[in-house]
Amino acid sequence: MSAILEIADVSRSFGGVQAVQKVSVDIPRGEIMSIIGPNGAGKTTVLNMISGFYHPDHGRILLEGTDITHLAPSEIAKLRVARTFQNIALFSGMTVLDNLMLGRHVLMKSGVLSSFIYWGLAQREEVAHRKRVEDLIDFLKIQDLRRRPTGSLAYGLRKRVELGRALALDPKILLLDEPMGGMNQEEKEDMARFILDVNEEWGTTIILIEHDMGVVMDISDRVAVLDMGLKIAEGKPDEVRVNPAVVKAYLGETKTSEVRHG
Amino acid sequence: MIYREAGQFKTTYAADQAIFPILQDRIFVALAVVGAFVIPVRFANEYWLQAVLIPFLIYALAALGLNLLTGYAGQLSLGTGGFMAVGAYSAFKLASAFPALNIVLVFLLSGLVAALVGVVFGIPSLRIKGFYLAVATLAAQFFLIWLFNKVGWFVNYAPSGTITAPPRTVFGVMVTGPDAAAGARYVAALAFVAVFALIAKNLVRGRVGRSWMAIRDRDIAAEIIGVRPLRTKLLAFAISSFYCGIAGAELVFLYLGSAETLAFDINLSFLVLFMVIIGGLGSVLGSFLGAAFIVLVPIFLTNVPHTVGLNLPVALAKQIELMIFGGLILFFLIVEPHGLARLWQITKEKLRLWPFPH
Repeated sequence: MSAILEIADVSRSFGGVQAVQKVSVDIPRGEIMSIIGPNGAGKTTVLNMISGFYHPDHGRILLEGTDITHLAPSEIAKLRVARTFQNIALFSGMTVLDNLMLGRHVLMKSGVLSSFIYWGLAQREEVAHRKRVEDLIDFLKIQDLRRRPTGSLAYGLRKRVELGRALALDPKILLLDEPMGGMNQEEKEDMARFILDVNEEWGTTIILIEHDMGVVMDISDRVAVLDMGLKIAEGKPDEVRVNPAVVKAYLGETKTSEVRHG
Repeated sequence: MIYREAGQFKTTYAADQAIFPILQDRIFVALAVVGAFVIPVRFANEYWLQAVLIPFLIYALAALGLNLLTGYAGQLSLGTGGFMAVGAYSAFKLASAFPALNIVLVFLLSGLVAALVGVVFGIPSLRIKGFYLAVATLAAQFFLIWLFNKVGWFVNYAPSGTITAPPRTVFGVMVTGPDAAAGARYVAALAFVAVFALIAKNLVRGRVGRSWMAIRDRDIAAEIIGVRPLRTKLLAFAISSFYCGIAGAELVFLYLGSAETLAFDINLSFLVLFMVIIGGLGSVLGSFLGAAFIVLVPIFLTNVPHTVGLNLPVALAKQIELMIFGGLILFFLIVEPHGLARLWQITKEKLRLWPFPH
């Protein structure tokens, strides 16, 4: 299978800290790829480099063969790369519906003048995109929350709305930064189901950062492991699980043969 | 409200996204707009039109402009007075350079000039935020006023340094200049504010308004979904200044008749900002409520002692008026920090459930 995203030899340092060192990962199209590693391993930095917040000091990132290494976040959004944040970044003053409509911002065209008039061009566009957003609202089962300001929602629901906003972009690649962080078991299962459904239904490639090893091992097609900014392992979940370098990174120097299920 | 939306089901998204989804609201607003055009002109006296209604409409337009920038796009600005001055002086220059130009066009063009100036002074907003941006916009305020004071060209080298509204007609009716009737000036101001309130509403319910609110609420997340920060902020500055520019032109042409830079000093910036804060940030209705509060309450307070037969010395009455006014502002901000518009919304929701608490 061809890679939709190639991360080639990227490095990034902040001051004296080497956050990511010469990491290369190919993400196959249509797969769920997890990036795991202990705290401070550089996982979020990798995600931030893909979505354009940081640019690598060295190395390149190719999306379907096009170099996106130095594009701004908004330009990368145009290429249909969507993401969620570790500590939810919804627009808290706006309704769920508006948040999801914003997810489609780059797919919409109406400018200032057509917005002045609204009736006609802008309205047709609003309605067309609203349809897709309503599909997502149904998919995520948040119909009753449409008009609620996202600031007033419970934590788990906000995570779900944020997933919805990312999905509203009709993404080719979905970057999820700890989508299950801080959730209880039931919410985790729901979220895992949504992630699998997105992957199956729309064939969306998903890059996932997650600390819950149980979930990671269950839903990932491939897993890459980072430690101290270096990639120490990559492969199928079962291979990674027994990889001695991974075990060492997680548990320290011991004779344990398996990563403890978390 | 005394009516509820029971039984009004929407079958299209277009109907669901209407400005007033409830039928009764539409009827009420339509009646209010028609009433606003007809009733004051026929029944209000010169004093009410000139001292109350015309300034209210003009301030409402300015507050609307600032609300787009500060309430919707989240960019704090203290340059409103400066941008209004740009509108006023542009209108004066345009009207005297092209006497044949229709006054409506003059207003719109001066709005465009103010928009350009607004964009220039909006550039720092990419780097600075919040209070620091407010201080940066002070530069606009002071620089622009200084410019209009120093450069004689802006006042056609009038030794007095004032600009005056030349007589101009629309559809054969005199709307500006010393001979324009208060009724005609009122209708002109109302027409502008009605059209621009509608445009503002259209802007904020669509793609442009959403991108502004995204920048306001979480600029990093806005960028990740593809909103370009600089472009979006500058657009907000442009449109806001466009509104303020027209309001500034109206202030001289429809209200004061003639003015110096003093009319556009920092106090005006604060006044409009207070209107926006008291009325409600991020609300079109709030801009009107805030302008009404700031314009009407002092007038009301001035007249109250008179009507109840209390003959206070003028100076004392003025002091008491200021104290009560300040007190009221504090009271409303404590009761509802999100402004009068939010208070109105809460009232509606409460009445909707009435007589049940939940």
